[in-house]
Amino acid sequence: MGVMDKELESKTSYSGKKIVNDFTLTAATRNGTGSQTSNNVLVLSLFKMGIPVNGKNLFPSNIKGLPTWYTIRASKDGYTARPSSSEVAVVFNQDTAAEDIQKLPAGGVAIVPQEWHWTHSREDIYYYEIPVDPMVKEAGIASELRERVANMVYVGAVAHLFSIPMDIIWQALLTNFSGKEKPAKINFDMVQRAYDWSVANMVKQDGFSYEPMPGGNTGKIVITGNEAAGIGTLFGGVQVVGWYPITPSTSLIDAMFDHQALRKDPETGLNTVGIMQAEDEIAAIGTIVGAGWAGARSMTATSGPGISLMAEFTGLAYYAEIPCVIWDVTRIGPSTGMPTRTSQGDLLFIHFLGHGDTRQITLLPGSVAECFEFGWRALDVAEVCQTPVFVMSDLDLGMNNWVSEPFVYPDEPINRGKTLNLETLTQFIEEKGEWWRYKDYDGDGIPYRTVPGTDHPRAAYFTRGTGHNEKAGYSERPEDWMNNLRRIERKINNTRKTLPQPVVKTMPGAKVGILSFGSNDPAILEARDRLAAEGIATDYMRVRALPLSESVMEFIRKYERVYLPENNFDGQLAQIIRLETSESTQHMVSLPLGDGLPMTAAWVVENIKKHEGK
Amino acid sequence: MPPKAPAKTNALGLTREDYKGTKSTLCPGCGHDSISNQIISTTYDMGLDQHKLIKLSGIGCSSKTPAYFLGRAHAFNSVHGRMPSVATGATLANRDLIAIGVSGDGDSGSIGMGQFKHVMRRNVPMVYIIENNGVYGLTKGQFSATSDAGQTLRYYGKNELPAIDLCMEAIMGGATFVARSFSGNSKQVQTLLRAALAHKGTAVVDIISPCVTFNNTPTSNKSYDYGKANEIPLHEIELIPEGWVPDREEIAIEDYPEGEVISVRMHDGSFVRLKQAGRDHDPRSRIGALTLLENAQMEQLFITGLLYYEEPRPTLADTLRLVEAPLAHLPEEKLRPSKETLANLMTEFM
Repeated sequence: MGVMDKELESKTSYSGKKIVNDFTLTAATRNGTGSQTSNNVLVLSLFKMGIPVNGKNLFPSNIKGLPTWYTIRASKDGYTARPSSSEVAVVFNQDTAAEDIQKLPAGGVAIVPQEWHWTHSREDIYYYEIPVDPMVKEAGIASELRERVANMVYVGAVAHLFSIPMDIIWQALLTNFSGKEKPAKINFDMVQRAYDWSVANMVKQDGFSYEPMPGGNTGKIVITGNEAAGIGTLFGGVQVVGWYPITPSTSLIDAMFDHQALRKDPETGLNTVGIMQAEDEIAAIGTIVGAGWAGARSMTATSGPGISLMAEFTGLAYYAEIPCVIWDVTRIGPSTGMPTRTSQGDLLFIHFLGHGDTRQITLLPGSVAECFEFGWRALDVAEVCQTPVFVMSDLDLGMNNWVSEPFVYPDEPINRGKTLNLETLTQFIEEKGEWWRYKDYDGDGIPYRTVPGTDHPRAAYFTRGTGHNEKAGYSERPEDWMNNLRRIERKINNTRKTLPQPVVKTMPGAKVGILSFGSNDPAILEARDRLAAEGIATDYMRVRALPLSESVMEFIRKYERVYLPENNFDGQLAQIIRLETSESTQHMVSLPLGDGLPMTAAWVVENIKKHEGK
Repeated sequence: MPPKAPAKTNALGLTREDYKGTKSTLCPGCGHDSISNQIISTTYDMGLDQHKLIKLSGIGCSSKTPAYFLGRAHAFNSVHGRMPSVATGATLANRDLIAIGVSGDGDSGSIGMGQFKHVMRRNVPMVYIIENNGVYGLTKGQFSATSDAGQTLRYYGKNELPAIDLCMEAIMGGATFVARSFSGNSKQVQTLLRAALAHKGTAVVDIISPCVTFNNTPTSNKSYDYGKANEIPLHEIELIPEGWVPDREEIAIEDYPEGEVISVRMHDGSFVRLKQAGRDHDPRSRIGALTLLENAQMEQLFITGLLYYEEPRPTLADTLRLVEAPLAHLPEEKLRPSKETLANLMTEFM
């Protein structure tokens, strides 16, 4: 519990106050007991009531038994960041019950199984008890389903206590089970039983409730970043996917399997994308490098340890100029780290991945909509620039459910870049009298390439990671080496203008700038409102790609102080900026976090206030 | 001066010269150069279109050789031990390509053992040539995993570890075509390469290829002298093209007594004809092939020929149920679903 949380606790009392659509519920359960369905149903129910909602799963690296917490934040003002505390706790895990209850602020609510005979250890919170085991036994549910369905009991209690209509619960269950009525019904019966019992036996004492906000979520979707990225990649025309299972990236590939029908040839029912599980991440990246070389759009998805294994191949692809896309859904490292905890700690590693002088293009999505967009766009960037393109998402963005506007269809056609086919190669040679694979004909650093299978006697070239000249011939001459690296540098530097540009939000009179990226966005947006309320106006730039846009330094120059909150231990974006500029950045304050959890607005506010002397 | 006789050409009207690459930079006399020559002769004789071929390799002396043959084919000299994954991706991207992978005993038997076996398990269609000299050449003479136990090398002394037999590994890994040859036996190398090129699946050809600089001593069992003195071809091997009508003088296949000749029909309609030479080995038996190799290892026999063949399983592209057309050639309308499709999909998340 941070300083801020304690402050909040002492100042806030919810007793007697009516609080509508502006509180957080945390369900504490044991991993592998099916609570994900219960939590999903609650999130979907609030979504269907039109309430801005965000669900975050804080789960252990374990299949069954260890504690897991799911926080559901309802925010009438639309804030989606992780809150620093929860007002309502569903205390369904005996192992963590004491701690879960202790964490509640005064006036908070604990929902506890009656059979635990939990002593009312605090007098400043509300307890509601419900007979979970007897209720499940009475329901006559098959023993193998009991544990899973037991978690539906708290859905019923929550529905009663905080006013979620039962027909909404039913709709949410149907959505959760993709319209399948049978499993929805089994679960709904349990919810109904718990709801009826709660109506008859629980006296509402606290002031928290949900109220429908008609039209609040009309036309919106609920989706995880990984699903968005997988679907975006399929709309980007990906053709070869090589992958190896690793948390938290696996659900990105699963989403591609779930939606592979999008890419079935209607006439034959055969696939226009091959998704291959490799024997390790080295084979996964080797497969997509081979595919990119042979003219297919290719991608992989992995996380930190996988990126480590991909270093050699991505260095080769950078130097031999082969397009491919690598999604890094980051988790916290070093080493195995905490596989189910979020982080932005791979930024430096990705950007410079490969031995020798490499600078890899990296896209940084900050929302599920951008996960979709960068899904297709990364494939274009890779082929246009003939280089690997990394997309760095994270566990929070990738695995949690987010409310979003529906995704926007790609606004430009697929761009295969400077790839010559038989016809264009013939024309090229007619005009220029030659074609050399690594020669800069256009002055933009991007050469022309051919792919195998091109029926022209001069189409072939020798691809190699060894030193080569413009003609793709082996060369150890210093001039050739420098010439090639300078061209590649030119190519990468040019992308500062063409990659997704930073998003800037301003306030009148701001003397303080905030610079960040990725999934910190919700915490920063909320923090800015809170800071403004306390008299600190801020402008905010969210960087969306590396190498950095030229506008980043312009932004930094404009303010008295610029804060860089980021979710890694070393302040890696700040380091990259300091590497790139010779200007003074003494007014730039790195705010690194990196504790494994999504950033909270409270943390941002606290840190900026401290530095601002307020 | 008398006019030069026109150069001989193949079915495509190309000369053998057209199938060459750049000049080799390997040590003069290297067994690998001989293999490059057999690749040139075989593809020239078969009249293969170079633009349909791709040459892939990892790192090492052997992996340098794709520069020295088939100059009109795209090539990819990738990273150490990972050529199989590159071949996997390239053949998925374009299933019409004919892939020739060149690797060595270090590349496949040590750093790349994982990929070596998994490429076969998936039945990626390719010719997988191992230029096996039992030594690391480019790093100047270390033992490799195929160096025989007891072998000595100039700097590193005696090898006390057992050798890995890459043909056995290939069979265990699920390869559907496994052969061993000797770079000094050009006729056999060419015939096996022809058959391997006609095979629809992973075809492994492990060619013992002496390293004249680091491993050609009289005591080495990967030397020229050893190979010439000890090679035991399992059979006389011939490739009979599709629609071939036997000459009168030649003995037709049926004329051989049962069991002495085995003919295997290849994917392209041709036949590999194996005339048994003393040893009774049917390459269609997996257990037979493994027993043969086990015995050869115990008795220190250098057996060459087609060791194992099976009717190929579906290739990886088939397992993944890919469309027939090369993925790399698909037009945009096959790759990007429509705007309406996205709109409909979005309603599933509402």
